[in-house]
Amino acid sequence: MRDPASCLVAGVALWSVVALVASPGSGGPHPPQAPQQTEVILSISGEPGARPRYAVPDFILRTNDAETAAVAKLMGAVLWDDLAFEREFYMVPRDTYRTIPAAKSYGEIAFDRWRELGADGLVMGSVERTAPGTFRVEVRLFDVRSRRSVMAKEYTGTAANPRLYAHTASDDIHLQQRALRGAARSKLTFSSDRDGERVFNSIQPRDVKEIYISDYDGANQRRVTVTRKLNIMPRWSPDARAIAYTSYRRDFPDIFVSLIYQGTLENPTGGRDQNWLPAWSPDGTRICFTSARDGNSELYVMNRDGSNVTRLTNHPAIDTTPTWSPSGTQIAFTSDRNGSPQIFIIDADGLNLRKITSESWCDRPTWSPAPFNEIAYASRTGPGYDVRILDLATGERRQLTYGEGSNESPAYAPNGRHLVFMSTRAGKKQIFAIGRDGQGVRQITTVGNNYTPDWSK
Amino acid sequence: MRIRSVSSAVVLGMTLASLVVGACGTKKPPVARPLPPPPPITTPPPPPPPPAGPIRETPVVPAPAVVEDPMATRSIDDLNRDSPMRAAFFDYDSVELSAEARAVLGANAATLKKYASWAITIEGHCDERGTAEYNLSLGERRSVAAQSYLVSLGIPAGRLRTVSYGKEFPFDPGHDEAAWAKNRRVHFVITAK
Repeated sequence: MRDPASCLVAGVALWSVVALVASPGSGGPHPPQAPQQTEVILSISGEPGARPRYAVPDFILRTNDAETAAVAKLMGAVLWDDLAFEREFYMVPRDTYRTIPAAKSYGEIAFDRWRELGADGLVMGSVERTAPGTFRVEVRLFDVRSRRSVMAKEYTGTAANPRLYAHTASDDIHLQQRALRGAARSKLTFSSDRDGERVFNSIQPRDVKEIYISDYDGANQRRVTVTRKLNIMPRWSPDARAIAYTSYRRDFPDIFVSLIYQGTLENPTGGRDQNWLPAWSPDGTRICFTSARDGNSELYVMNRDGSNVTRLTNHPAIDTTPTWSPSGTQIAFTSDRNGSPQIFIIDADGLNLRKITSESWCDRPTWSPAPFNEIAYASRTGPGYDVRILDLATGERRQLTYGEGSNESPAYAPNGRHLVFMSTRAGKKQIFAIGRDGQGVRQITTVGNNYTPDWSK
Repeated sequence: MRIRSVSSAVVLGMTLASLVVGACGTKKPPVARPLPPPPPITTPPPPPPPPAGPIRETPVVPAPAVVEDPMATRSIDDLNRDSPMRAAFFDYDSVELSAEARAVLGANAATLKKYASWAITIEGHCDERGTAEYNLSLGERRSVAAQSYLVSLGIPAGRLRTVSYGKEFPFDPGHDEAAWAKNRRVHFVITAK
């Protein structure tokens, strides 16, 4: 089967990523042997006890045309946002840069002026159009005090998605400066009714929902499914090349997998049973899901191709909403076997069941990636829900959202430092991102209603 | 076909009986008793053709009782739009069938018995207060509760498919108890007739 809309989701490949040798000034403190030079990590520090302050001015134009100018303008703004997102650096607001003359080359950087502005690190870059639609983007990170370039990278590729240059540079800077895996190149997926399509079946007109994907910051939102049916609860495969979701394309809930770069569709469960809420094992070889095939909601595990289905739970109550531990040895899920829905953990072989929440109503557990060992879930705190996190080692519970609308369906960023969730705080149902410390909330979607997000791994 | 086999059985029985009588004369083995005469085969006379009126019915529909029934002439979409199958409602986070719900299901069972060719889908729905994920399972349990009750009333399970929609398709988009009460329901959709 082919899913034509998925063909649109062609990845923008970075044709090559070339690391330039760091080019310190002539009188650097390090011996000039080149092989050792590349190994040296030059970390920019801020004032004692404060985060380093970074500035990202507009990129330098190497070729003088409108296309280059547009890409250069985008680079600075997107890179600033990307670096701000992880909150490892204090990002000096871009509207304060206008008193500083724009450099036409790296030799003209007014380091004294940037120092006056309080910048510790300066991210400068250049954009060159090498052929129509093809660019070479260079990004350098300068230590403003020492005036040294501590990182230099060159990226070449097409203009199909210029934001990806900035995302890649941001991840490289976080990796080099903070040994941190940034989230700038990760992606989101969610279900949306934004197209306003309705099915006029014989009972009532009904909204359809389609699966969408977007960049981590909400840019490049694209539709994956074109079924004019209900498509809900998408989950990224660990390699971020496929999305498993619950689709009513055959008028009952079943699990489908869209391979977004091939534009193909798989239906591993098949048959006539109702199956929903697929969850990929961390290695991507298995899918845990809920099925009513034996008369009520139980958890099952199958191989990715649908073979070797084994039943995990066996209880007349509801067992649903599975999530795997990072090691793949345990599965957390929702069950109402003790009354109201609560979160339980079971070993992946079906043994060692234990209950971990005792609240009013808990659902949609999402296990954090390592090194964090915690489970986020939606907990009823009033008329609606809030996102809470249970630390599995300490048993401590903390709350991320506080009663502003209903906040449900949390999912972790690949580095575990952020979560994405659905909230009604802005009126309609929208996707928001928030730090795992409960700070830095960002609205991701604005059009239509958007539900049940997931973050690529 | 049936007549011939019965009559041959009678002939065989009589032959056996006469053989037994001829051989022993005193004992009557119970196995060789002649079969009772077959009941008279009454083939119903073919229904007289309707006198003069135009024949609207296609010969595919064999039940003559339905001819005058408006249900038979309506399309499935028409039937569902103004359905003879009423929805049954539930309490919050409950799959228990109330007395009222049982009465509705009883009436629906009677309809299904009257129209024995109908197949239906039982849709399980929930109000918006539960989480979307859990509600898929709650809707599933509601549809199965209704299906089990209809089966207990004699409707074959093969005519009753269940589908859960969780809280995805509220019947009333409101956000108060009046709306929620309408949304915690099982809907009956006629899918074949």
